[in-house]
Amino acid sequence: MSETTPAMPVTATAAVGSPPPPLAPETKPGYVEKPASLWSDAWYDLRRRPLFIMSSILIAVLVVMALFPSLFTSINPMDATTCQLSTARQPPSAAHWFGKDNLGCDVYARTIYGARISIIVGITTTIVTAMVGGLLGLIAGFAGGATDSVMSRVTEIFFAIPSILGALLILAVFRTGNVWTVMLALAVLAWPMTFRIMRAAVITAKSQDYVVAARALGAGSGRLMFRHILPNAVTPVIVVATINLGMFISAEAALSFLGVGIQSPDISWGVMISDARPRFLEAAGPLLFPAAFLSVTVLAFIMLGDAVRDALDPKLR
Amino acid sequence: MMTTHTDVLPTEGGLGNTPLLAVDNLHVEFSTRQGVVKAVNGVSYDLYQGETLAVLGESGSGKSVTAQAIMGILDMPPARIPHGEIRFRGTDMLKLTDEARSQIRGQRIAMIFQDALSALNPVFTVGWQIGEMFRVHRGMSKRDAQKKAIELMDRVRIPAAKQRVHDYPHQFSGGMRQRIMIAMSIALDPEVLIADEPTTALDVTVQAQIMELLAELQRESNMGLILITHDLGVVADVADKIAVMYGGRIVEKALVHDVYRTPAHPYSKGLLDSIPRVDLKGQELYAIKGLPPNLLAMPPGCAFNPRCPYRQDNCVSEAPPLYEISHTRSSACHYWREVLDGSHE
Repeated sequence: MSETTPAMPVTATAAVGSPPPPLAPETKPGYVEKPASLWSDAWYDLRRRPLFIMSSILIAVLVVMALFPSLFTSINPMDATTCQLSTARQPPSAAHWFGKDNLGCDVYARTIYGARISIIVGITTTIVTAMVGGLLGLIAGFAGGATDSVMSRVTEIFFAIPSILGALLILAVFRTGNVWTVMLALAVLAWPMTFRIMRAAVITAKSQDYVVAARALGAGSGRLMFRHILPNAVTPVIVVATINLGMFISAEAALSFLGVGIQSPDISWGVMISDARPRFLEAAGPLLFPAAFLSVTVLAFIMLGDAVRDALDPKLR
Repeated sequence: MMTTHTDVLPTEGGLGNTPLLAVDNLHVEFSTRQGVVKAVNGVSYDLYQGETLAVLGESGSGKSVTAQAIMGILDMPPARIPHGEIRFRGTDMLKLTDEARSQIRGQRIAMIFQDALSALNPVFTVGWQIGEMFRVHRGMSKRDAQKKAIELMDRVRIPAAKQRVHDYPHQFSGGMRQRIMIAMSIALDPEVLIADEPTTALDVTVQAQIMELLAELQRESNMGLILITHDLGVVADVADKIAVMYGGRIVEKALVHDVYRTPAHPYSKGLLDSIPRVDLKGQELYAIKGLPPNLLAMPPGCAFNPRCPYRQDNCVSEAPPLYEISHTRSSACHYWREVLDGSHE
């Protein structure tokens, strides 16, 4: 028996004889490091992504355009006197960069002013859907059981409505298409997606040990929900919201194009595309320029969403 | 002969007083698709002030579920408590309203979890999380809570607490994280602290430090400590009493030295024999044969009978009650005398 064990004492003495392990870095006095949270990590990561830099520059320009269109053009397209029917469908020139539309109005000025409605619709609808869908998803996911079942079934009813058809229907009920009704129609149809994502994230976060631990240390429901679960579940909602923003902008254009969204004389890219369509073969500019702005804007928000998703997901790093 | 030294009273607090915490005939069931799982079947134990009770058992023995029932953090449904009482200073907590219960939770009875990394919220600094206890329950200002957090981090011996209070959980080592978890749980000076496998996720040297810290904190504040573990080695130095659980029942209750010296249940004996020992080096390590019982299909009679070397015919037909051997000691084995005699050799 004793002959089978010589190896053991040898390793044991080796372990004892070896020098004590060096002090862990955390015990070093004066150890100060900037705290690295999920958000500051993400921000650090984002600043180094070309995708993020490009999209945020584009978005910044668009937002300035929406807030102060007069910085970009001296013509006010809301003033009908700037349009001259005699110059209708004039090709681009030095004075009118994008040419003139069917009514002889400056396409460049209209495109710049059209940014406002697109951006307002995009941002407002995104915030509303994120808040409504997020809050309901948080409640459903946290409460579980019957509450969750009822809320989820109701959400599925909304899910079943095809989006453009649903929006057409809602706008038909209101009879007037304006910024408010368009935003309402889009929000009504879009919140279920946010709801589902939030609910799923909350259910995942709810079963995490730190939530159970917080409960064991006396945190109440409200505190658990908003302090412990929400910050850990909100990431996917933010990512989807960023991507949705672009979708809302194009959906607004689609509804306006179909004639149920924003109406003339309000200017939006969808309205411009719609107005230019009948004479597209004669003058492509009035349709292509706002369409290009629309595409670039949607692209910018989707790129931003991608960059944010990558930055917030540690597994993709 | 074995009863002479076991007659001493457990610790201060004594047997005459009401226990700080008394679990009495507790049953916990879970309804699952496959049927009702009886996770805890009539568990009783007492905890006195200043006392450390080790609850020992393998996974699925019901030790953690009992603790969760005490804390009131079982998800009900699927869990259900059909019988039993959990008395805290004489009041049955199972009869209290949720409101009253949450007043106790965290403030008077607190809990430490096994894996401190997942038990700490990843998106907040540790200072914020420790301070939360004071802000929520004591209405302290942010600044005062922060100060308290640093004090507590010093108390659980986290070096450079003042700087580290702004760090996030993932920036700490495993042992330090467990210290933070401990700091949170003792923040409001609880009367009972339940530590659910506090050292399982840590390496051996750190395990010893954490146990030492827990023992020290307990001495300072005289709280009752329930130490849940599957590791006999961890509890030997710190525990006063031990309750060994198997298949949702307590199979042996005793003072810790008695169990170590002379186990009175074949399962505790098996656990002790399967600890590697220096003097038996080179010999094959003992292992308890067979598998833990399936809680959906418990064996008839004594739950341990399929694995028991002392098994007789009546072990299959009749479940043994908890036989009182002395007033500090009991064993749920028909043949505890034989087991005791066997362990004297």
